[in-house]
Amino acid sequence: MSINATLIGQMITFTLLVWFTMKYVWPPIMEALEERKAKIAEGLAAAEKGQEEIKLAEKKAKNLVKEAKEQAAEIVSMAQKRANEVVEESKENAKKEGDRMLLAAEAQIEQEMQQAKEALRKQVASLALRAAEQILNEEIDKTKHKEILEKATEQLG
Amino acid sequence: MASEGGATGYIVHHLTPLTVGEGFWTVHLDTLFFSAFLGGLFIWFFKGQAEKATAGVPNLTQNIAEMLVEFVDGQVKDTFHGKSQLIAPLGLTIFCWVFLWNFMDLIPVDLLPGIAGLMGMEYLRVVPSTDLNATFAMSISVFVLIIFYSIKVKGIFGFVKELTCTPFGPWMMPFNLLLKVVEEVAKPISLGLRLFGNLYAGELIFILIALLPPLIQPMLSFPWAIFHILIIVLQAFIFMVLTIVYLSMAHEDH
Repeated sequence: MSINATLIGQMITFTLLVWFTMKYVWPPIMEALEERKAKIAEGLAAAEKGQEEIKLAEKKAKNLVKEAKEQAAEIVSMAQKRANEVVEESKENAKKEGDRMLLAAEAQIEQEMQQAKEALRKQVASLALRAAEQILNEEIDKTKHKEILEKATEQLG
Repeated sequence: MASEGGATGYIVHHLTPLTVGEGFWTVHLDTLFFSAFLGGLFIWFFKGQAEKATAGVPNLTQNIAEMLVEFVDGQVKDTFHGKSQLIAPLGLTIFCWVFLWNFMDLIPVDLLPGIAGLMGMEYLRVVPSTDLNATFAMSISVFVLIIFYSIKVKGIFGFVKELTCTPFGPWMMPFNLLLKVVEEVAKPISLGLRLFGNLYAGELIFILIALLPPLIQPMLSFPWAIFHILIIVLQAFIFMVLTIVYLSMAHEDH
Protein backbone atom coordinates (compact mmCIF):
# COMPACT_ATOMS: atom_id res chain seq x y z
CA MET A 1 0.00 0.00 0.00
CA SER A 2 1.93 2.93 -1.23
CA ILE A 3 1.30 6.34 -2.63
CA ASN A 4 2.71 6.58 -6.10
CA ALA A 5 2.19 7.96 -9.59
CA THR A 6 -1.27 6.39 -9.74
CA LEU A 7 -2.33 9.35 -7.62
CA ILE A 8 -1.41 11.77 -10.38
CA GLY A 9 -3.21 9.73 -13.00
CA GLN A 10 -6.30 9.57 -10.80
CA MET A 11 -6.19 13.31 -10.22
CA ILE A 12 -6.07 13.92 -13.95
CA THR A 13 -9.01 11.58 -14.53
CA PHE A 14 -10.95 13.24 -11.73
CA THR A 15 -10.27 16.71 -13.07
CA LEU A 16 -11.38 15.69 -16.54
CA LEU A 17 -14.57 14.13 -15.17
CA VAL A 18 -15.44 17.18 -13.11
CA TRP A 19 -14.66 19.49 -15.99
CA PHE A 20 -16.81 17.47 -18.35
CA THR A 21 -19.70 17.29 -15.91
CA MET A 22 -19.48 21.00 -15.26
CA LYS A 23 -19.34 21.86 -18.92
CA TYR A 24 -21.61 19.36 -20.67
CA VAL A 25 -23.74 17.48 -18.16
CA TRP A 26 -24.93 19.80 -15.43
CA PRO A 27 -26.13 22.84 -17.41
CA PRO A 28 -28.44 21.08 -19.91
CA ILE A 29 -30.07 18.93 -17.24
CA MET A 30 -30.57 21.89 -14.93
CA GLU A 31 -31.92 23.91 -17.81
CA ALA A 32 -34.41 21.19 -18.65
CA LEU A 33 -35.45 21.01 -15.01
CA GLU A 34 -35.91 24.75 -14.77
CA GLU A 35 -37.82 24.78 -18.01
CA ARG A 36 -40.11 22.04 -16.81
CA LYS A 37 -40.63 23.87 -13.54
CA ALA A 38 -41.61 26.99 -15.44
CA LYS A 39 -43.88 24.95 -17.69
CA ILE A 40 -45.63 23.33 -14.76
CA ALA A 41 -46.06 26.66 -13.03
CA GLU A 42 -47.46 28.08 -16.24
CA GLY A 43 -49.81 25.16 -16.61
CA LEU A 44 -51.06 25.49 -13.06
CA ALA A 45 -51.60 29.20 -13.49
CA ALA A 46 -53.45 28.57 -16.74
CA ALA A 47 -55.63 25.96 -15.07
CA GLU A 48 -56.46 28.35 -12.26
CA LYS A 49 -57.22 31.07 -14.74
CA GLY A 50 -59.40 28.69 -16.72
CA GLN A 51 -61.37 27.78 -13.65
CA GLU A 52 -61.89 31.40 -12.81
CA GLU A 53 -63.02 32.02 -16.34
CA ILE A 54 -65.47 29.14 -16.08
CA LYS A 55 -66.88 30.66 -12.91
CA LEU A 56 -67.16 34.01 -14.63
CA ALA A 57 -68.81 32.46 -17.66
CA GLU A 58 -71.27 30.61 -15.44
CA LYS A 59 -72.14 33.81 -13.70
CA LYS A 60 -72.55 35.52 -17.03
CA ALA A 61 -74.71 32.71 -18.34
CA LYS A 62 -76.89 32.86 -15.23
CA ASN A 63 -77.30 36.58 -15.69
CA LEU A 64 -78.15 36.08 -19.32
CA VAL A 65 -80.76 33.45 -18.50
CA LYS A 66 -82.24 35.68 -15.85
CA GLU A 67 -82.37 38.58 -18.24
CA ALA A 68 -83.88 36.44 -20.94
CA LYS A 69 -86.53 35.19 -18.53
CA GLU A 70 -87.36 38.72 -17.52
CA GLN A 71 -87.58 39.75 -21.13
CA ALA A 72 -89.75 36.79 -21.97
CA ALA A 73 -92.09 37.63 -19.11
CA GLU A 74 -92.24 41.21 -20.29
CA ILE A 75 -92.97 40.11 -23.83
CA VAL A 76 -95.70 37.76 -22.65
CA SER A 77 -97.33 40.45 -20.56
CA MET A 78 -97.07 42.88 -23.43
CA ALA A 79 -98.61 40.35 -25.78
CA GLN A 80 -101.45 39.76 -23.36
CA LYS A 81 -102.02 43.44 -23.09
CA ARG A 82 -101.95 43.73 -26.83
CA ALA A 83 -104.36 40.84 -27.18
CA ASN A 84 -106.74 42.47 -24.75
CA GLU A 85 -106.46 45.65 -26.68
CA VAL A 86 -107.13 43.83 -29.93
CA VAL A 87 -110.16 42.13 -28.44
CA GLU A 88 -111.43 45.44 -27.11
CA GLU A 89 -110.81 47.08 -30.43
CA SER A 90 -112.53 44.38 -32.40
CA LYS A 91 -115.44 44.44 -30.00
CA GLU A 92 -115.76 48.14 -30.51
CA ASN A 93 -115.40 47.74 -34.22
CA ALA A 94 -118.07 45.07 -34.26
CA LYS A 95 -120.36 47.25 -32.25
CA LYS A 96 -119.76 50.15 -34.58
CA GLU A 97 -120.32 47.92 -37.57
CA GLY A 98 -123.48 46.60 -36.02
CA ASP A 99 -124.72 50.11 -35.36
CA ARG A 100 -123.88 51.12 -38.84
CA MET A 101 -125.64 48.05 -40.29
CA LEU A 102 -128.58 48.71 -38.08
CA LEU A 103 -128.78 52.26 -39.29
CA ALA A 104 -128.46 51.11 -42.88
CA ALA A 105 -131.16 48.53 -42.36
CA GLU A 106 -133.40 51.10 -40.75
CA ALA A 107 -132.78 53.45 -43.60
CA GLN A 108 -133.53 50.73 -46.09
CA ILE A 109 -136.68 49.81 -44.23
CA GLU A 110 -137.68 53.44 -44.25
CA GLN A 111 -136.94 53.67 -47.90
CA GLU A 112 -138.85 50.49 -48.67
CA MET A 113 -141.72 51.74 -46.64
CA GLN A 114 -141.67 54.97 -48.60
CA GLN A 115 -141.55 52.98 -51.79
CA ALA A 116 -144.39 50.79 -50.60
CA LYS A 117 -146.37 53.84 -49.67
CA GLU A 118 -145.63 55.35 -53.02
CA ALA A 119 -146.68 52.18 -54.79
CA LEU A 120 -149.75 51.97 -52.68
CA ARG A 121 -150.61 55.53 -53.41
CA LYS A 122 -150.15 54.86 -57.08
CA GLN A 123 -152.37 51.79 -56.85
CA VAL A 124 -154.93 53.72 -54.85
CA ALA A 125 -154.91 56.39 -57.45
CA SER A 126 -155.28 53.97 -60.32
CA LEU A 127 -157.91 52.07 -58.40
CA ALA A 128 -159.77 55.28 -57.80
CA LEU A 129 -159.36 56.07 -61.43
CA ARG A 130 -160.68 52.68 -62.47
CA ALA A 131 -163.48 52.99 -60.01
CA ALA A 132 -164.32 56.37 -61.45
CA GLU A 133 -164.12 54.97 -64.93
CA GLN A 134 -166.41 52.12 -64.07
CA ILE A 135 -168.75 54.52 -62.44
CA LEU A 136 -168.69 56.64 -65.49
CA ASN A 137 -169.09 53.60 -67.71
CA GLU A 138 -172.04 52.30 -65.93
CA GLU A 139 -173.67 55.75 -66.07
CA ILE A 140 -175.96 56.42 -63.44
CA ASP A 141 -176.92 53.34 -61.69
CA LYS A 142 -177.45 54.43 -58.23
CA THR A 143 -177.29 51.14 -56.67
CA LYS A 144 -174.39 50.07 -58.74
CA HIS A 145 -172.73 53.35 -58.11
CA LYS A 146 -173.18 53.00 -54.54
CA GLU A 147 -172.05 49.48 -54.72
CA ILE A 148 -168.88 50.43 -56.53
CA LEU A 149 -168.22 53.21 -54.20
CA GLU A 150 -168.72 50.93 -51.35
CA LYS A 151 -166.36 48.45 -52.94
CA ALA A 152 -163.73 51.10 -53.51
CA THR A 153 -164.14 52.32 -50.07
CA GLU A 154 -163.80 48.81 -48.90
CA GLN A 155 -160.69 48.41 -50.97
CA LEU A 156 -159.25 51.61 -49.66
CA GLY A 157 -159.97 50.73 -46.13
CA MET B 1 -7.70 -19.39 -6.82
CA ALA B 2 -3.93 -18.92 -6.75
CA SER B 3 -3.73 -20.27 -3.26
CA GLU B 4 -0.03 -20.90 -2.93
CA GLY B 5 0.68 -19.69 0.57
CA GLY B 6 -2.76 -20.62 1.88
CA ALA B 7 -5.22 -18.10 3.24
CA THR B 8 -2.70 -15.32 3.68
CA GLY B 9 -1.46 -15.79 0.17
CA TYR B 10 -5.00 -15.65 -1.16
CA ILE B 11 -5.75 -12.44 0.70
CA VAL B 12 -2.51 -10.80 -0.26
CA HIS B 13 -3.01 -11.84 -3.84
CA HIS B 14 -6.43 -10.23 -3.91
CA LEU B 15 -5.19 -7.01 -2.43
CA THR B 16 -2.16 -6.64 -4.64
CA PRO B 17 -2.65 -4.30 -7.55
CA LEU B 18 -1.55 -4.84 -11.09
CA THR B 19 1.49 -2.60 -11.33
CA VAL B 20 3.87 -1.20 -13.86
CA GLY B 21 6.99 0.75 -13.01
CA GLU B 22 9.30 1.17 -10.07
CA GLY B 23 9.40 3.28 -6.92
CA PHE B 24 7.26 6.40 -6.98
CA TRP B 25 6.60 5.95 -10.68
CA THR B 26 4.78 2.73 -10.07
CA VAL B 27 1.36 2.84 -11.67
CA HIS B 28 -1.59 0.74 -10.61
CA LEU B 29 -3.03 -0.17 -13.96
CA ASP B 30 -6.13 -1.79 -12.50
CA THR B 31 -7.06 1.26 -10.45
CA LEU B 32 -6.49 3.57 -13.40
CA PHE B 33 -8.37 1.33 -15.78
CA PHE B 34 -11.40 0.67 -13.60
CA SER B 35 -11.80 4.21 -12.39
CA ALA B 36 -11.45 5.56 -15.91
CA PHE B 37 -13.86 2.93 -17.18
CA LEU B 38 -16.40 3.75 -14.48
CA GLY B 39 -15.86 7.45 -15.06
CA GLY B 40 -16.55 6.81 -18.72
CA LEU B 41 -19.72 4.94 -17.78
CA PHE B 42 -20.82 7.88 -15.65
CA ILE B 43 -20.05 10.38 -18.42
CA TRP B 44 -21.70 8.21 -21.04
CA PHE B 45 -24.92 7.93 -19.05
CA PHE B 46 -25.15 11.56 -18.04
CA LYS B 47 -24.01 12.95 -21.36
CA GLY B 48 -26.72 10.92 -23.06
CA GLN B 49 -29.30 12.22 -20.63
CA ALA B 50 -28.05 15.78 -20.93
CA GLU B 51 -28.41 15.60 -24.69
CA LYS B 52 -31.90 14.17 -24.48
CA ALA B 53 -32.97 16.37 -21.59
CA THR B 54 -36.29 17.98 -22.34
CA ALA B 55 -38.83 19.86 -20.33
CA GLY B 56 -41.44 17.37 -21.46
CA VAL B 57 -42.44 14.16 -19.75
CA PRO B 58 -39.20 12.41 -18.72
CA ASN B 59 -38.61 8.73 -19.39
CA LEU B 60 -37.07 6.28 -16.94
CA THR B 61 -33.39 7.03 -17.54
CA GLN B 62 -34.02 10.74 -17.66
CA ASN B 63 -35.86 10.39 -14.38
CA ILE B 64 -32.88 8.64 -12.81
CA ALA B 65 -30.46 11.30 -14.04
CA GLU B 66 -32.76 14.08 -12.89
CA MET B 67 -33.27 12.46 -9.53
CA LEU B 68 -29.52 12.34 -8.97
CA VAL B 69 -29.04 15.87 -10.20
CA GLU B 70 -31.83 17.22 -8.01
CA PHE B 71 -30.59 15.22 -5.04
CA VAL B 72 -27.09 16.69 -5.36
CA ASP B 73 -28.49 20.12 -6.11
CA GLY B 74 -30.62 19.93 -2.98
CA GLN B 75 -27.61 18.98 -0.88
CA VAL B 76 -25.60 21.86 -2.32
CA LYS B 77 -28.40 24.33 -1.76
CA ASP B 78 -28.83 23.18 1.82
CA THR B 79 -25.20 23.73 2.66
CA PHE B 80 -23.75 26.25 0.29
CA HIS B 81 -25.30 29.70 0.20
CA GLY B 82 -23.85 31.39 -2.80
CA LYS B 83 -23.38 31.00 -6.46
CA SER B 84 -20.95 28.50 -7.85
CA GLN B 85 -20.74 26.84 -11.23
CA LEU B 86 -18.42 24.22 -9.83
CA ILE B 87 -19.67 22.83 -6.56
CA ALA B 88 -22.83 21.10 -7.71
CA PRO B 89 -21.31 19.34 -10.75
CA LEU B 90 -18.34 18.44 -8.57
CA GLY B 91 -20.69 16.91 -6.02
CA LEU B 92 -22.51 14.95 -8.71
CA THR B 93 -19.25 13.65 -10.16
CA ILE B 94 -17.94 12.63 -6.75
CA PHE B 95 -21.17 10.95 -5.72
CA CYS B 96 -21.62 8.94 -8.88
CA TRP B 97 -17.98 8.11 -9.40
CA VAL B 98 -17.39 6.98 -5.83
CA PHE B 99 -20.63 5.03 -5.91
CA LEU B 100 -19.52 3.22 -9.07
CA TRP B 101 -16.10 2.53 -7.57
CA ASN B 102 -17.70 1.12 -4.48
CA PHE B 103 -20.19 -0.83 -6.51
CA MET B 104 -17.30 -2.91 -7.88
CA ASP B 105 -17.11 -4.26 -4.36
CA LEU B 106 -20.36 -6.17 -4.89
CA ILE B 107 -19.00 -8.11 -7.82
CA PRO B 108 -17.93 -11.55 -6.58
CA VAL B 109 -14.33 -11.26 -5.41
CA ASP B 110 -12.94 -13.94 -7.66
CA LEU B 111 -14.84 -13.16 -10.85
CA LEU B 112 -12.84 -10.39 -12.48
CA PRO B 113 -9.43 -11.44 -11.09
CA GLY B 114 -10.22 -14.93 -12.34
CA ILE B 115 -10.97 -13.71 -15.85
CA ALA B 116 -7.88 -11.52 -15.76
CA GLY B 117 -5.88 -14.51 -14.59
CA LEU B 118 -7.02 -16.44 -17.63
CA MET B 119 -5.85 -13.53 -19.76
CA GLY B 120 -2.42 -13.71 -18.18
CA MET B 121 -2.65 -10.89 -15.64
CA GLU B 122 -1.25 -12.08 -12.37
CA TYR B 123 -2.92 -9.53 -10.13
CA LEU B 124 -6.10 -7.52 -10.38
CA ARG B 125 -7.73 -5.37 -7.75
CA VAL B 126 -11.08 -4.29 -9.09
CA VAL B 127 -12.31 -1.80 -6.49
CA PRO B 128 -10.62 1.55 -7.04
CA SER B 129 -11.67 2.79 -3.62
CA THR B 130 -9.49 0.14 -1.99
CA ASP B 131 -6.51 1.97 -3.47
CA LEU B 132 -5.28 4.85 -1.36
CA ASN B 133 -4.05 6.55 -4.52
CA ALA B 134 -7.57 6.78 -5.88
CA THR B 135 -9.19 8.10 -2.72
CA PHE B 136 -6.35 10.50 -2.00
CA ALA B 137 -6.30 11.72 -5.59
CA MET B 138 -9.85 12.84 -5.11
CA SER B 139 -9.46 14.24 -1.60
CA ILE B 140 -6.29 16.10 -2.55
CA SER B 141 -8.06 17.58 -5.58
CA VAL B 142 -10.79 18.71 -3.22
CA PHE B 143 -8.12 20.12 -0.89
CA VAL B 144 -6.60 22.09 -3.77
CA LEU B 145 -10.05 23.48 -4.50
CA ILE B 146 -10.51 24.39 -0.83
CA ILE B 147 -7.24 26.33 -0.81
CA PHE B 148 -8.03 27.89 -4.18
CA TYR B 149 -11.45 29.12 -3.12
CA SER B 150 -10.23 30.27 0.28
CA ILE B 151 -7.69 32.50 -1.43
CA LYS B 152 -10.10 33.54 -4.17
CA VAL B 153 -12.87 34.57 -1.78
CA LYS B 154 -10.84 36.01 1.09
CA GLY B 155 -7.82 37.20 -0.82
CA ILE B 156 -4.29 36.05 -0.07
CA PHE B 157 -4.07 38.30 3.01
CA GLY B 158 -7.45 37.27 4.28
CA PHE B 159 -6.41 33.66 3.94
CA VAL B 160 -3.09 34.19 5.71
CA LYS B 161 -4.87 36.17 8.38
CA GLU B 162 -7.33 33.37 8.91
CA LEU B 163 -4.48 30.90 9.17
CA THR B 164 -2.49 32.95 11.67
CA CYS B 165 -4.91 35.06 13.70
CA THR B 166 -7.74 32.63 14.47
CA PRO B 167 -8.93 31.29 16.77
CA PHE B 168 -6.74 32.97 19.44
CA GLY B 169 -5.77 36.36 18.01
CA PRO B 170 -2.45 37.60 16.60
CA TRP B 171 -0.42 37.06 19.82
CA MET B 172 -0.74 33.32 19.51
CA MET B 173 0.31 33.25 15.89
CA PRO B 174 2.49 30.10 15.78
CA PHE B 175 0.00 28.13 17.76
CA ASN B 176 -2.83 29.35 15.56
CA LEU B 177 -0.92 28.44 12.45
CA LEU B 178 -0.21 24.97 13.73
CA LEU B 179 -3.83 24.46 14.68
CA LYS B 180 -5.11 25.73 11.37
CA VAL B 181 -2.68 23.68 9.31
CA VAL B 182 -3.68 20.56 11.19
CA GLU B 183 -7.33 21.45 10.71
CA GLU B 184 -6.93 21.99 6.99
CA VAL B 185 -4.71 19.00 6.33
CA ALA B 186 -7.01 16.78 8.34
CA LYS B 187 -9.74 17.40 5.77
CA PRO B 188 -8.22 15.61 2.75
CA ILE B 189 -6.62 12.94 4.90
CA SER B 190 -9.83 12.09 6.71
CA LEU B 191 -11.81 12.19 3.45
CA GLY B 192 -9.43 9.86 1.69
CA LEU B 193 -8.84 7.52 4.59
CA ARG B 194 -12.51 7.19 5.49
CA LEU B 195 -13.50 6.01 2.04
CA PHE B 196 -10.43 3.82 1.69
CA GLY B 197 -10.83 2.29 5.13
CA ASN B 198 -14.48 1.42 4.75
CA LEU B 199 -14.14 -0.13 1.34
CA TYR B 200 -10.85 -1.86 2.08
CA ALA B 201 -12.35 -3.43 5.17
CA GLY B 202 -15.49 -4.38 3.27
CA GLU B 203 -13.51 -6.00 0.50
CA LEU B 204 -11.33 -7.78 3.01
CA ILE B 205 -14.37 -9.28 4.66
CA PHE B 206 -15.67 -10.48 1.30
CA ILE B 207 -12.29 -12.11 0.71
CA LEU B 208 -12.37 -13.71 4.15
CA ILE B 209 -15.86 -15.04 3.51
CA ALA B 210 -14.61 -16.43 0.20
CA LEU B 211 -12.09 -18.45 2.17
CA LEU B 212 -14.79 -20.26 4.13
CA PRO B 213 -16.28 -23.60 3.09
CA PRO B 214 -18.59 -23.15 0.09
CA LEU B 215 -21.77 -24.03 1.98
CA ILE B 216 -21.26 -21.37 4.62
CA GLN B 217 -20.23 -18.68 2.16
CA PRO B 218 -23.70 -17.62 0.92
CA MET B 219 -25.03 -17.42 4.47
CA LEU B 220 -22.42 -14.80 5.27
CA SER B 221 -21.76 -13.09 1.98
CA PHE B 222 -25.43 -12.47 1.29
CA PRO B 223 -26.14 -10.40 4.46
CA TRP B 224 -22.79 -8.71 4.15
CA ALA B 225 -23.55 -7.76 0.54
CA ILE B 226 -26.91 -6.35 1.56
CA PHE B 227 -25.26 -4.40 4.34
CA HIS B 228 -22.67 -3.26 1.84
CA ILE B 229 -25.29 -1.80 -0.46
CA LEU B 230 -25.90 0.63 2.35
CA ILE B 231 -22.18 1.23 2.94
CA ILE B 232 -21.30 1.99 -0.67
CA VAL B 233 -24.04 4.57 -1.07
CA LEU B 234 -23.36 6.02 2.35
CA GLN B 235 -19.64 6.44 1.70
CA ALA B 236 -20.27 8.08 -1.66
CA PHE B 237 -22.78 10.36 0.01
CA ILE B 238 -20.42 11.25 2.86
CA PHE B 239 -17.59 12.07 0.48
CA MET B 240 -19.88 14.32 -1.53
CA VAL B 241 -21.47 16.07 1.43
CA LEU B 242 -18.14 16.70 3.16
CA THR B 243 -16.73 18.11 -0.07
CA ILE B 244 -19.65 20.48 -0.30
CA VAL B 245 -19.32 21.43 3.35
CA TYR B 246 -15.57 22.05 3.08
CA LEU B 247 -15.99 24.14 -0.03
CA SER B 248 -18.77 26.22 1.46
CA MET B 249 -16.59 26.74 4.53
CA ALA B 250 -13.86 27.95 2.20
CA HIS B 251 -16.35 30.43 0.71
CA GLU B 252 -17.36 31.82 4.06
CA ASP B 253 -15.63 34.88 5.38
CA HIS B 254 -15.16 34.84 9.11
